[in-house]
Amino acid sequence: MKYVIMFTSRPDLDEAVPRERQEAVYQEIFGWFDRNGDKFANGGAELQPVSTATTVKAADSPGGKPVVVDGPFSEAKEQIGGFSIIDVPDLDAAIALVRTWPSLAFPGVAVEIRPIVEHGE
Amino acid sequence: MTDGHLPDEALARLVRAEAGKIAALLTRRIGDFDIAEEAVQDAIVAALRTWRRDGVPANPGGWLALAARRRAIDRLRRRTRGETLVRMLADEPSAGEPDDRLAMLFACCHPALAPETRLALTLRAVLGLTTGQIARAFLVPEATLAQRIVRGKRKIVSAGISLTVPDGADMPSRLDDVLTVTYLAYNAGYLAAHASPAAELAEDAVWLADLICAQLPREPEALGLLALLLLLQSRAGTRLDAEGALVPLNEQDRSSWDGAMIARAQRILARAAAHHRPGRYQLQAALAACHADAPSARATDWLQILTLYDLLLRYDGSPIVRLNRAVALAEVEGPELALHEVEALALELDGYYLLHATRGELLSRLDRVNEAHDANLRAYELATHESETLLLERRLGSRGGRR
Repeated sequence: MKYVIMFTSRPDLDEAVPRERQEAVYQEIFGWFDRNGDKFANGGAELQPVSTATTVKAADSPGGKPVVVDGPFSEAKEQIGGFSIIDVPDLDAAIALVRTWPSLAFPGVAVEIRPIVEHGE
Repeated sequence: MTDGHLPDEALARLVRAEAGKIAALLTRRIGDFDIAEEAVQDAIVAALRTWRRDGVPANPGGWLALAARRRAIDRLRRRTRGETLVRMLADEPSAGEPDDRLAMLFACCHPALAPETRLALTLRAVLGLTTGQIARAFLVPEATLAQRIVRGKRKIVSAGISLTVPDGADMPSRLDDVLTVTYLAYNAGYLAAHASPAAELAEDAVWLADLICAQLPREPEALGLLALLLLLQSRAGTRLDAEGALVPLNEQDRSSWDGAMIARAQRILARAAAHHRPGRYQLQAALAACHADAPSARATDWLQILTLYDLLLRYDGSPIVRLNRAVALAEVEGPELALHEVEALALELDGYYLLHATRGELLSRLDRVNEAHDANLRAYELATHESETLLLERRLGSRGGRR
């Protein structure tokens, strides 16, 4: 089954993590992708910080034009830092993989697992 | 293995040359054109990605054929799994093989489902209760419950929750989730009048615990839960009086307890203990067994019960366990010390009728009549089950005293 895994964190909490520690985990993340290479399908990306986000929103009134605003779509403190597409046998396999995500050592980090709609199955 | 990197167009030519042959071969072998075709497409995507990174393998055709075959098998399995799921989740609960039912139970109790969904799904898909029966047992509108079940089924299928009994590192926590649901199902039927629909729920929960133990005979906590439920069930006939009021343990007619059921529970508990892996269900069963062993309420070994509660607190430090321990403490050390313990829980358990009922009981033993009356009144207001209300009504009418 294919799933999108979305890596989220709390930038306000990330700031408290010492720089060296952040870099060490970044290295672990490279190793993690290498080790699990066979489970990834095409696609996926690490995203620029949320301060670079632009959002197009539906108009408040019916018939109005969509509006362009600065910032992410959600006011939530949790922000998506990247996503990958994985292809694994079932949800348990996806959970087992995600559990080893190195950044889960930091407070406020969460990874959402969402199955992809597969047409014609 | 690697004989160098090729530009993308060369890779694409190489892949195209092999793909047609492989798809034809695979279709012949598995007899399904669509699956063969999709499997080859998946294999091509994987091949391009891997070969771009690591170079083209020595035998690209063999690599692709193997990758396609693996993916075809995976798709076939997934389709079979889907069919099994659809069959088992269908509105007629199927009498599957016991191991299928256990796998279904683990799927219904998967941590990716909300706790209330796990219970509802288990009752529907494993025990075969109707939506209406479940709704009545949990005092939830039927439409709410139906929706909960539909969403749960949909999640099992679309999120890829697998229909397997877990093994390895996941097993302890997954089994604990399954045992929790079984225990909750029992509790929903615990106070029901004999032979009422909800009382059947208690019997169904015992049946479920039996099924788990038959399939997982070396799991001490599963055995512990079965022993606990059998011990509780052995008193089902004496729990309520003729008017439907709750009869406290020390006033129950012990000669009417089901001796055969108690003996079976004790054998099961001994089997569990032989594993030397204690846990909360084994300890709760041991506590229930202490009451079953006592020839009369007076002859109860309260010191042993208190010791078992101290052990249980290591596995389950919840205020409910501490409240029950206080009841045993009253018998060993007297009501004054126990009251002190109960009052320490007043904040956490303020909304729970049993805190106030226990407090009322202890206060009246200390001859603090007015306070006892207030506590019993509060318990009466909070009690949710008719059998509890009836018992408290009588207490308020007599011992609690009137102002």
